[in-house]
Amino acid sequence: MQYLEGRKFVVLGIFLAVAVVFAVRLFHIQVLDGSYKLAADKNTLQRIVQVPYRGLIYDRNGKLLVQNTPVYDLMVIPREVKKLDTLRFCQLLQMPVQELRDGLKAAKIYSRVKASPLVQNLSTRELAAIQDNLIDFPGFSIKPRMARSYQTQHLAHALGYVGPISPTMLEKPKYAHYLAGDFLGISGVEAYYEQELMGRRGVQYRMVNVRGIEKGAFRDGEFDTLSVAGQDLHLSIDPELQAYGEYLMQGKRGSIVAIEPKTGEILAFVSAPEFDPAMLTGKGSGNRYMELLRDTARPLFNRPLAAAYSPGSVFKLVNEAIALQEGVVTPSTGFPCNWKLVRCTHRHEYPSNLTIATKNSCNPYFYQVMFATVRRGRSPSKFKDVALGLADWRKHVTSFGLAQHLDVDLPGERMGLIPSPNFYNKRYGENRWTYKTIYSLSIGQGEIQVTPLQMANLMAIFANRGYYYPPHFVRSVGNKGPLERFKQRHYTSVDSSHFNAIVPGMVAVVDGRGGTGEHASLLDVGISVAGKTGTVQNYHGIDHATFGGFAPANDPKIAISVFIENAGFGGSSAAPMAGLMMEKYLRRKVAPWRHRWEEWLPGSADRFVKNRNRR
Amino acid sequence: MNQVRYSRSIDWVTLLIYLTMVGVGLLNVYAASYAAEVPFSRVFSADWSGLMAFNWFKQLVWIGVSVLLIVVLLVIDHKAYDTFAYVMYGGMIVLLIVTLVIARPIAGSRSWLELGPMRLQPAEFAKFTTALAVSRFMAGINLRQQAFKQQLVLAGLTLLPPLLIIASNETGQALVFGAFLLAYFREGMSPLILLILAAAGLVLILSLLVPKLWLVGAFTLILAAVLALNPRVLRHHLPLAVGVYGIVLGMVFGVDFFYNNVLQPHQQKRIEVLLNPSADPLGVGWNVTQSKIAIGSGGLAGKGFLEGTQTRFDFVPEQSTDFIFCTVGEEWGWLGTMTVIILFMALIFRVIVVAERQKSVFGRTYGYCVASIIFFHFCVNIGMTIGLAPVVGIPLPFFSYGGSSLWSFTILLFILLAIDAYRKQDLVR
Repeated sequence: MQYLEGRKFVVLGIFLAVAVVFAVRLFHIQVLDGSYKLAADKNTLQRIVQVPYRGLIYDRNGKLLVQNTPVYDLMVIPREVKKLDTLRFCQLLQMPVQELRDGLKAAKIYSRVKASPLVQNLSTRELAAIQDNLIDFPGFSIKPRMARSYQTQHLAHALGYVGPISPTMLEKPKYAHYLAGDFLGISGVEAYYEQELMGRRGVQYRMVNVRGIEKGAFRDGEFDTLSVAGQDLHLSIDPELQAYGEYLMQGKRGSIVAIEPKTGEILAFVSAPEFDPAMLTGKGSGNRYMELLRDTARPLFNRPLAAAYSPGSVFKLVNEAIALQEGVVTPSTGFPCNWKLVRCTHRHEYPSNLTIATKNSCNPYFYQVMFATVRRGRSPSKFKDVALGLADWRKHVTSFGLAQHLDVDLPGERMGLIPSPNFYNKRYGENRWTYKTIYSLSIGQGEIQVTPLQMANLMAIFANRGYYYPPHFVRSVGNKGPLERFKQRHYTSVDSSHFNAIVPGMVAVVDGRGGTGEHASLLDVGISVAGKTGTVQNYHGIDHATFGGFAPANDPKIAISVFIENAGFGGSSAAPMAGLMMEKYLRRKVAPWRHRWEEWLPGSADRFVKNRNRR
Repeated sequence: MNQVRYSRSIDWVTLLIYLTMVGVGLLNVYAASYAAEVPFSRVFSADWSGLMAFNWFKQLVWIGVSVLLIVVLLVIDHKAYDTFAYVMYGGMIVLLIVTLVIARPIAGSRSWLELGPMRLQPAEFAKFTTALAVSRFMAGINLRQQAFKQQLVLAGLTLLPPLLIIASNETGQALVFGAFLLAYFREGMSPLILLILAAAGLVLILSLLVPKLWLVGAFTLILAAVLALNPRVLRHHLPLAVGVYGIVLGMVFGVDFFYNNVLQPHQQKRIEVLLNPSADPLGVGWNVTQSKIAIGSGGLAGKGFLEGTQTRFDFVPEQSTDFIFCTVGEEWGWLGTMTVIILFMALIFRVIVVAERQKSVFGRTYGYCVASIIFFHFCVNIGMTIGLAPVVGIPLPFFSYGGSSLWSFTILLFILLAIDAYRKQDLVR
């Protein structure tokens, strides 16, 4: 044993202790703790999302309506911004200094090291103006992106628009595969067919070094996916008819919906006031959107889908069909035009049969038709009897596609309202209401509400004598045809023979002498039109004018509904507009003697109102 | 003297461990500086300067030089190390001063001497000269019995080089000289000094981590308890007890002064980051965080040779020098890091065995100095890569890329082996 050799063990003990501490610590961070592996992947793996080409949108004739065009976003990484000459920068971009400051602040809040957009949607020309100078502004860069551009100035409400995803949307599971800053369809078919238009995004995993420089694919691209381009949409919209409809509706509020009855394809979809779809794309779209939003005429409101009106006299047709189906009247039934029951629109010949009553839109006649339908004497109590009758009546009405979503391929559809016995029970109390309470339904006024789209579909049902295909805009997604459910025929609960009994009355409305819809007549060009006018009582102002119809009456190719807000009597404004639309579609031109209509109809709705004080 | 006698008397175990470490080190230096886009075949067409652009090739050259150094060290008469210990020490002091005067600052430190294309760090070599000098001095004294004056001389010998090194702003290399304490302890230094230093270190760390008032309360309680339970202390050693208490409190409050006024900002940061790695994740904390990520992502068996993403893609700074351990950890996993730790333990233990079999105090002390210096590097370097020690820029012996470091450790180790090879001769003499 040497001098103090025992101390060797102390020294060795110290060495060993450190080694054991290291071994344990290493075991912990290398084997037990998984967080370092995640951190390593986060360091080196860069996920590159390839956004595919968004599908294009074509019209009925295969002409391009909506396409993609490159735009550029000016991105900023706040941490890299050095000695920013705000004055020069703002001059270059022609933006107010305050806007720049706010933008930079927002970018900083998002992330100091990640790029966020400062100015979006610069066009190629705007880019050219600033690109060369950008080198003097570190931290700013340009990111190219595809944006929508429009070959049409029409159809904004159906096309919808594409915009950046909002923070609230991002939180919903439905949008889980979107990232902040992504663009998607916000409304219209752009939104409804988002899945199809978007295609499938490709993802590539790249390894990057500490400076973000690519160092090759991760595991030779084992996890990479290729992007798949979006599918094109082929709309059923007839571009000429659409443009014509928008022209006629100028200066008014209202809507026109035209449907091809044999397929359910929507030919025209006018929501007035219109706006140019390009307004909601490109630089300044945010401001333009706010302008539209503030407009008191509510141009952003998708009237054909979301405005619910009472159908007015047009609804008498439905009541008649139900009465015939229930066997309580026949086409030759006559009722007196008894003004004590309800006031009639005007003095007219005795309504000795259905056709005459329809032609004159006789209110007392249809009062009695519905009375016969709902008061069947199935209960001694007049309260219970009408409730039973109304329940049956409602079942029939809903088979016409009313009080329900037609499931058109556009978001934002309203159901409308067909009152049920429960509805009145809630309002007045059970056994506290009778036919006298609800008789407005017989002439399409009161609580009942339908959308212009449902009205057009109603006309398609009469055109088809009893069935409809759900109305739709897209006749083909890619080359796969329409969605499956648009190929399904929906029958009403009314037999087709009864429709045949009603149509002559509708033809008489337009083509008969003194018919209420005579202004829609195309008899002079050999086309027989069936239709019905309506005047929708409006408790807030002047009545709305409406007309529903189809043509040619014996082989219908177009069914149409026209609503013009605050335009008074339906026969004077809605009827001629529907006539022009049908002629335009069927003949591709308008007879010269009707050009005066074309000149007279566009403009304010006031001119149609003969007596403003009239309610 | 002939070759046959070397082969019999050199300590083959140490040599084998040394060669293994240098080999494994080279492999990891290759991996740390490996770039997939530079094909290996380019090596065959490259000229000398092209080859020297590869870190691993330079390391290979340094290893070749090391082999020459080993041969020279073994050929030199072993008595020279003893005889010329003070001369070499003096020469090194002069060199350190010269370096301090003429060196250009590199990365904030004036410690590199430039000789043509080569760069040497004299501080690295000061370790073995100091070890030789203190061993020589130790041989003439007995630490347990010698007067205070002798101990003061020893302290002076030990502290002069690190002071010069601190002056050149290379604090890490200076701290290494603290390792000599272990050797002195073996030679009779009072264990109290080690205990007091350990206690002082503990108090310092606690002062940084725990609120001051708590510490004051705790130490006051301890003092009260000692005085109450041990009346002998109260009667005979009251001034001592109160003195210790005072010193401890002084340290508790002195830490702030030391931290704020003595330490340089980058050193403050390093300590702050050690205590709280997320304090500055993109600045000083970056090294520690990324180093831990690299090692931690290795798992049990590692990602495989040349598959380390963190080290190869430059997330870890200084990856082939001070942070070479990250490459080991990432590519070879826990099994790899354990292998390195076991290699170090084997080497250090073997050096202790060699030291203990020396018949001379000089040889034994020198052996302990060698073990302590290697241990200190091992301890601090690996400690910093896994967040257990502050980031102090000292290399991992035999692994880290760099000529100065490799050569200085080779010299340090092989002087011991040279002395050991002749120990029988000494006995005979």
